[in-house]
Amino acid sequence: MKEKFNIVGKPVIRQDAFNKVTGQAKFADDYNYPNQLYAAMIRIPVSHAKIKSIDYTEAIESGLVAATCDSSDIPGAKKVGPIRKDQPVFCDEKVVTSGDVLAMLIGENEYELKQASKKVKVDFEELPILTDIEKAMDEDAQIIHPEFENNLIVHYPLRKGNIDKGFEESDHILEQTYTTPHIEHAYIEPEAVVAVPLEGNRGIKIIGSIQNPHTARKVVAAVLGLPLTKVRIIQAELGGSFGGKDDTMNILSARAAVAALKTKRPVKIHYSREESILESYKRHPYRLKYKVGFSKAGKLKAMKIDLLADGGGYSCMSPFVTWRSVVQATGPYEVENVWTDVRAVYTNNPYTGAFRGFGSPQPIFAQESLMDEIAEIAGISPIEIRKINGFQKGSVTASRQVLRDHEINLLKVVERAAEESNFLSEWNKNKKDQSNAPSFVDELNPIVKPEHFIHPSNNVKRGIGLATSFRGCSLGAEGVDAAAAYISVQTDGSIYLLSGLAENGQGLKTTFSIIAAEVLGISEDRIHYLEQDTGIIADSGPTVASRSTLMGGGAIKDAATIIKNRLNEVALKHFNITDYDVLVYRNNTISNTENNLKIEFSELCQLAFNSAVSLSAVGWYKGPNVGWDEETGQGDAYFTYVYGCQVADVSVDMSTGEVYINKIVAVHDPGTVINIMGALGQVYGGVTQGAGYGLWEAIESEKGMIKELNYDLYIIPTSKDIDKIEPIFIEGEDDHGAWGAKSLGEPTLELTSAALANAIKNATGKRLFNLPLNLEEVLLSKKLRPKDFVRESSK
Amino acid sequence: MSKDSESNKISRRNFLGKAGTGIVGSTILISSIGAADKTGPDLAEAPPIDPKETDILNLWVNGKKQKLKINPSSTLAEVLRNKLNLTGTKIVCNQGACGGCTVVMDNKAVYACHMLALDAAGKKVVTIEGLLEGEELNHLQEAFIEKDGLQCGFCTPGQIMSAYALLLSKPNPNREDIMEAMSGNICRCGAYPNILDSVLLAVQNKN
Repeated sequence: MKEKFNIVGKPVIRQDAFNKVTGQAKFADDYNYPNQLYAAMIRIPVSHAKIKSIDYTEAIESGLVAATCDSSDIPGAKKVGPIRKDQPVFCDEKVVTSGDVLAMLIGENEYELKQASKKVKVDFEELPILTDIEKAMDEDAQIIHPEFENNLIVHYPLRKGNIDKGFEESDHILEQTYTTPHIEHAYIEPEAVVAVPLEGNRGIKIIGSIQNPHTARKVVAAVLGLPLTKVRIIQAELGGSFGGKDDTMNILSARAAVAALKTKRPVKIHYSREESILESYKRHPYRLKYKVGFSKAGKLKAMKIDLLADGGGYSCMSPFVTWRSVVQATGPYEVENVWTDVRAVYTNNPYTGAFRGFGSPQPIFAQESLMDEIAEIAGISPIEIRKINGFQKGSVTASRQVLRDHEINLLKVVERAAEESNFLSEWNKNKKDQSNAPSFVDELNPIVKPEHFIHPSNNVKRGIGLATSFRGCSLGAEGVDAAAAYISVQTDGSIYLLSGLAENGQGLKTTFSIIAAEVLGISEDRIHYLEQDTGIIADSGPTVASRSTLMGGGAIKDAATIIKNRLNEVALKHFNITDYDVLVYRNNTISNTENNLKIEFSELCQLAFNSAVSLSAVGWYKGPNVGWDEETGQGDAYFTYVYGCQVADVSVDMSTGEVYINKIVAVHDPGTVINIMGALGQVYGGVTQGAGYGLWEAIESEKGMIKELNYDLYIIPTSKDIDKIEPIFIEGEDDHGAWGAKSLGEPTLELTSAALANAIKNATGKRLFNLPLNLEEVLLSKKLRPKDFVRESSK
Repeated sequence: MSKDSESNKISRRNFLGKAGTGIVGSTILISSIGAADKTGPDLAEAPPIDPKETDILNLWVNGKKQKLKINPSSTLAEVLRNKLNLTGTKIVCNQGACGGCTVVMDNKAVYACHMLALDAAGKKVVTIEGLLEGEELNHLQEAFIEKDGLQCGFCTPGQIMSAYALLLSKPNPNREDIMEAMSGNICRCGAYPNILDSVLLAVQNKN
């Protein structure tokens, strides 16, 4: 370690813990205002239709409704979207997904509103439904958004080297296709927002379960046609988000705001679980085609990759999500010749957007499954194949970025994970045991033979598998990357702190407090973290891309350092010395090592105030430059990367196909760990969600209608599903952000499903290609539930 | 909503609304599912169509006697949140599938979203707010803070109330007992290892 820290890396109780364990934490739905009205959504039970008319007469005559609200009430932008403005706040021409909202009824009593909403008559004409991503680009395909010429949302090509030559020089060529499903964020708190119109010409105040208040502000201001300053967004305590309370919440905020301005009363929207799953965006399903050429020894020569993502009814974040896929599609391996195409298309399926992982879990599942297969053909171990091809210092990525300026820890994390899990000996042992696995009855010749029976002693097979990745930190060439922090030190030494990056429940407030406390040598309990309010702090971009500790932390450190520099001047005068290198900030005091004098931090703050020294500051952190050529997919995509390796140890029940997770060893290199409890929490959470992605979770829709509308059908992991998670951090010496603290939130999720697939292969001898690896997939290698898009395993 | 008309299974919400007045006890609720659409002779009054606060509910909440005028189709979770402003109890799935609304009734963990408030008549209900004695945290709350048994905190009241009920019936549970008792409380942040450690620490601290 470069520095000896006072508090960084030590266990610190989370800022919001007291309120959260006592029930006092106020989440969006816990806010109520006098005179508040509620809103009920009007939808139609189809996923593609032309709207002809909406007749409210009967609903209004029922006397249960205070107002109606639809696109005609919108003073500003009627369509919104982070990149393409293709999503209506209220649909008035077409419905393109089953969650689409046409209008709202506003009233005093929610129960009555639900009754009244049944009286709204919508005249619509059903249109042909497009659900198969493969068919979306067909010439005769139904165009989902007629304002665009086809259903292509985005296409990212990446070209490196000479792909044909690469395949010619290869000893082996392997081609595989993989699929992944829609995944629901399933944040425990359903969406809720209250919009409160402010008297006079003061605009509107919005309190909600909003992931990114500044983004919501932009959307609401555009929809209301107001300047940004007239829209004040306050984030309530956020009950989980994982990337999911961004665009949906921005639109809900806009709807509530339109209704509040129309009725001149506070309007609350709060969703049931069913509405939440029905309308919110999901993780993108991908169809991934890989063709890879390699030498006898297992050295990768060429990769041709064709990824197709289901954007659903709206483009939303698809252009950004799929961009991360194009950067990371080849995995953390040096490949001379690469030809990648990543496309996202419109369909009438639920729309898709940001979800922790953001376009990386899908290609990692495919490409890490593939690496194990290549190793098998080359006759080497999963460790060896990664050593032969893995990134090292000076390696050139698929986008021709030369990896330097940061620690390239790939081999380190792989070796550590292998060592902790005793990987090679377990892997070899399980592999030998595979031969005892029974073969399954051939459907065409269903005569049961002795070898089809499983001896009880052979029923449970152990498997171990690993997956590894590199991940670009923060936004990269996606967009502007900078963050602000506000600090204000009071005369008693207590401190107001706020970052422009909003807490999402993961513990950011605590991480930021630790950073400020470290710089100023104070205990973190002196810090009062302010409410997330767009009126107080500058737009710092969104809490996404595992960028908050890195970018937000950098800004907090900058702000605290500005204050420290000012305090230094006061301290020099006070101690009557000239060299501030002798000042030590520690244990709430500033000591002068030269002459053993001390002053309390609070006393120094009072002195500073008395000398008219400002103790408020705004810190700013801007990432180094990055770049991208859209035509060739070449450039320095991200300014720094993290590396991770996870090992899954599973038991597979050979007679039911059930996979039980004994242990996941998760080795990550997040640079410096600032908040150790938060960091551990990120690993537990990421691995658990990754396991859900790998084994159980899927939103299956038919004709665009979602079946799993609540937790009874959408199965997320419980406390009994994973026996043990073992987080290991490889800390480093990088210097970005706050003491080189990098990313952790998403790397922890993106690896797990691939590690599980490789472990199941090790246990059963069967390679599986279609997530989730649930009972039917493991036992029968097919998905039993009907689905419009036929997956490889179902053919 | 589209979903109601599509599905032919009984909507719990409609059912609760119709079953309404006078039904007490879950056994009756279950037995009357088949006849949910009829007004059976057992019902003293016709089910209310209009949600007026027609019924009086007497119960104890966090040690305090409450007499409330309620809509008979309200769930216990709705009454706690909307009538008593005890917003620590969260409504998450509203169908008894996630444990987010767990409160303790007569020393047992119940899903407050999954029962009519009228079924709590005369009972003693403890919510997350009831664990705090003045400024004093319950040992479970302390342990959840110390072991970081939470992230976003939305499932936390339910988690703690499940653990509280477990400790009432089994003061010295082992790891497996805790896993079993709390497996009905889901946490999307995946704080499970810390939640388990929190309860283990609380048990240890209590002894």
